[in-house]
Amino acid sequence: MPIKEFNGLSVEVDEEGFLTDRTVWNKDIAAAIAVEEGIGPLTDRHFDVINFMREAFEKHGTAPSIRQMNKMNIIPTRELYELFPGGPAKKAAKIGGLPKPRGCV
Amino acid sequence: MSEQAESIKKVSLIVSKGSLVDVYPALVLGNGARMEGIEAAIFFTFFGLGALIKKTQNKLKVATVGNPALNMALPMLKMPITTPFPTLMGAIPGVSNFATWMMKNEMEDLDIPTIPEFIEMFTDAGGEVYACKLGMDMFKLSMDDLDDRVSGVLTVGEFYEKSAGASIIFT
Repeated sequence: MPIKEFNGLSVEVDEEGFLTDRTVWNKDIAAAIAVEEGIGPLTDRHFDVINFMREAFEKHGTAPSIRQMNKMNIIPTRELYELFPGGPAKKAAKIGGLPKPRGCV
Repeated sequence: MSEQAESIKKVSLIVSKGSLVDVYPALVLGNGARMEGIEAAIFFTFFGLGALIKKTQNKLKVATVGNPALNMALPMLKMPITTPFPTLMGAIPGVSNFATWMMKNEMEDLDIPTIPEFIEMFTDAGGEVYACKLGMDMFKLSMDDLDDRVSGVLTVGEFYEKSAGASIIFT
C-alpha cells in the first residue's frame, strides 16, 4: 500500500487515497485530503457530517448513506452536495479517514 | 478501468415503461451518477410518465405476467430460486399486488427510497427530471398532474439539446 505524507505525518492509504487505518486520522489529515479533493477549508458543518459518519462507522461497520443522513436530520441532501461537490458520500468518507463507501443508493 | 479512457461527465437516462422495476434502474443510475459527481437528467416518456404523475407514482406495480425470470424473486418467500413461476399464475388477481408489496419491503430493507422520495433525493442531488411532450399530450396530462420536482416538459429536439455531451442511456 502507498504511503502518503500529510503535514509531516506518514500514513498508509489505498490505491485511491483512502486511509487504510481510520484510527490514525486527525483534523489536520482531514484538512489536507480536503484540499486535494478540491473542497475548500473545512467548516464546522463539514465536521458535523464527518464526525457523524465516523461515529456511525464505529457502530455499524459501514458509513451511513446520503439518504440516512437526510432522514436522521444530520444534513439535508442538497446541503451535503454543496459542502462536498463532486461526490459527497465518497469525498466525505475520504476526508473522514473512512474506506470508500460501496452503496449504490 | 483503462487509464486512457475519458471519464463520464454527463448522462441522460430515458424511461419509457411504467412498472416498478422499469423505473428504479433509471433512478438508481441517475442518482448514482450524481453521487460520482456526474451530471444527470432523467427523461420520462410514455408509460414511464406514471412515475411522475402525483396520483400514480406511489402505486407502480411489479409486472407478474410475461416475466419468465420472476422465479428470481422467490427466495424472498424462502422458496428455491428454481421454483417455476408460470405466467398464468401472475395473472391471478392480487399476485401483482403481493409481489409489489414484497419487493417494496425488500427495497426499504436495502435503504432504497420509494419513487417519490427517490425523485426528491435525485433532484436534491442536482439531478434533473423531465417529462416527454408527446407522452403528455397522448395521456392528456399537464404540469399540474406531475411531481413538483419535474423541471419541465421537453420535445425530442429539446431532449437532445439538453443532452449535449451526455451519454444517452435507454433503460
